[in-house]
Amino acid sequence: MAPAGAACGSWYVVDTSESRAVEWRAGSELSSPNDKPHVPAPSLWPVGFAIGIVCLLLGLVLGSWPIVAVGAVLAIAFGYLWVRDVTRDMRPKEAPAPGTDVAPSAPAAEATEELPGFSRSIFLETATLGIGGVIGGLVTLPVLGFAVLPAFESHKAKDVDLGPITNFPEGSFVVATFLEDPSQGEVSRKTAFIRNNGLTAVKGKQEPSFTIIYSRCAHLGCPVQPGGLLQDAETKQLAPVKGDPVKLIPVKGLSNFACPCHGGAYDPEGNRVAGPPVRALDRFAYSIVNGNLMLGTLYSVGHVEGTGADAKISRYTSASPGVHVDGIERWLYPIPVPGR
Amino acid sequence: MAPKSARRRQLEAAALYPLDWVEERTGLVGGIKYFLFRHVPRDTNWMQTLGAATLTAFLVQTVTGVFLAMYYKPDPQNAYSSIQHITHEVTLGWLVRGMHKWGASVFIILMFFHMARVFLFGAYKYPRELNWIVGSLLLVLGMLEGFTGYLLPWDQTAYWATAVGINLNATAPFLGPFLANFLQGGAQIGPDTIARFYSLHMLLIPGGLIGLIVLHMYLVVRLGVTSPPWSPTAAGRERPDESKPEGARQGLIRSGDGQDEGH
Repeated sequence: MAPAGAACGSWYVVDTSESRAVEWRAGSELSSPNDKPHVPAPSLWPVGFAIGIVCLLLGLVLGSWPIVAVGAVLAIAFGYLWVRDVTRDMRPKEAPAPGTDVAPSAPAAEATEELPGFSRSIFLETATLGIGGVIGGLVTLPVLGFAVLPAFESHKAKDVDLGPITNFPEGSFVVATFLEDPSQGEVSRKTAFIRNNGLTAVKGKQEPSFTIIYSRCAHLGCPVQPGGLLQDAETKQLAPVKGDPVKLIPVKGLSNFACPCHGGAYDPEGNRVAGPPVRALDRFAYSIVNGNLMLGTLYSVGHVEGTGADAKISRYTSASPGVHVDGIERWLYPIPVPGR
Repeated sequence: MAPKSARRRQLEAAALYPLDWVEERTGLVGGIKYFLFRHVPRDTNWMQTLGAATLTAFLVQTVTGVFLAMYYKPDPQNAYSSIQHITHEVTLGWLVRGMHKWGASVFIILMFFHMARVFLFGAYKYPRELNWIVGSLLLVLGMLEGFTGYLLPWDQTAYWATAVGINLNATAPFLGPFLANFLQGGAQIGPDTIARFYSLHMLLIPGGLIGLIVLHMYLVVRLGVTSPPWSPTAAGRERPDESKPEGARQGLIRSGDGQDEGH
């Protein structure tokens, strides 16, 4: 049994795992040309680098700047040592003396003189590659734009007519289901929890006030459920002149909203009280046209102080569930998404 | 063993003639033989069949998926009812859909087993590092297949699981919300989402998977199969001369006298 590494040509498959057979270990062909040791040798620098990164991320999560700083220093220091180790063989051992670089440059200059400056074949190669690249780009870019850009166009849906405001009893919630955009069909069916807060003074005038909470959980988007008694017997089906029927189910004694997926819980104002959500429940803007409640645009809410008509709402552009809109974590999402 | 009879030699020549004809014109016989009849270490292990098993699972997904696409309708109004149609009305539809559904899990599980084997055998080490990286990309693409395929039945589980999955992506810093918009085809799951997932599931991602599988297997053939870590011998033997047609088909038919080209 000859060691395979001994005869190693291009047609050989050489296994580099170390053999335990001692009978040829003592032989002369211990090291084959392919049996190169790994370069560089194992080092502890990457471990320190990883610890630094972990420390840095931990600091970001905990919101503690000293920990972040310590992690950054560790990561930079060990990263520098690691890179220095890895590139040791690539760097020159010592700076070449000023006079030595004249000799290698002389033949190089001769070689360039022998080559024609701009030959026909080079022109054809460049032209083929260039024209091919231009054609490829002309075909690919519009297709990529077609695939990606429509997802970022804003589709301003028309306000949804939820019927006369007299359908909404003062001080209690109604579950409303409706099609946000009837042209899209059932896939646009949405649920909102609507509470009539009664009349409130706005600039000296008495105006009706509503709290309209979107059912999408602020954790990962499951449908939150109203914690109260659904009065199914009092369900109303409204058929507006235009658009799709709206279903209204009154709720008695609503004390919270809860999400079935991961246990997120909210108070009647939509503030998180338990579970993983990162902000309060989203809300819809509204307007009142000819005595009908019109559902406007969706917006995200950081936190609500107070209740009902007096509530102070910290309002933000509509964001994905799970995305922080306030606090230090909002810095993780610095670029606003078009079309939201 | 006794030498071949004249009749047997005649038969072999008749069987090999078309192979030689194809080989002379395409070189494919030699190529296939080069791919299939490779020398492997003497003590290869059953664990080393896991990669081929994963490939088989992928091929099952490809074939069943192609036929499911003949009956499936990727739009919000018809997706659910077309799945019901496939399961309950199309002949053997329950079987093909079942194979695709359960085969998906088999594919993912086998990928992990194969990965564990490669890791425990140390087969990711020099010179096979790039094949480990290609394999990792295959794992990612395989998981993406699972994610995009899960929405297609368009039932409550599919819809809400995908909603959670997309919103999970949206929480990634910086570009997460953009990724969610791209996946949904808009700010929310809408009429375009399911067709988009269908296209990703059956065209874009499988295209990438097939390309990477070819690369993965090219590297396996080029670099050879690793010996198990307990192996006392190193692998590697000379290949036969494949420049001649006879050399190319050498070993295609097992010869009785221990010599491939005795005549």
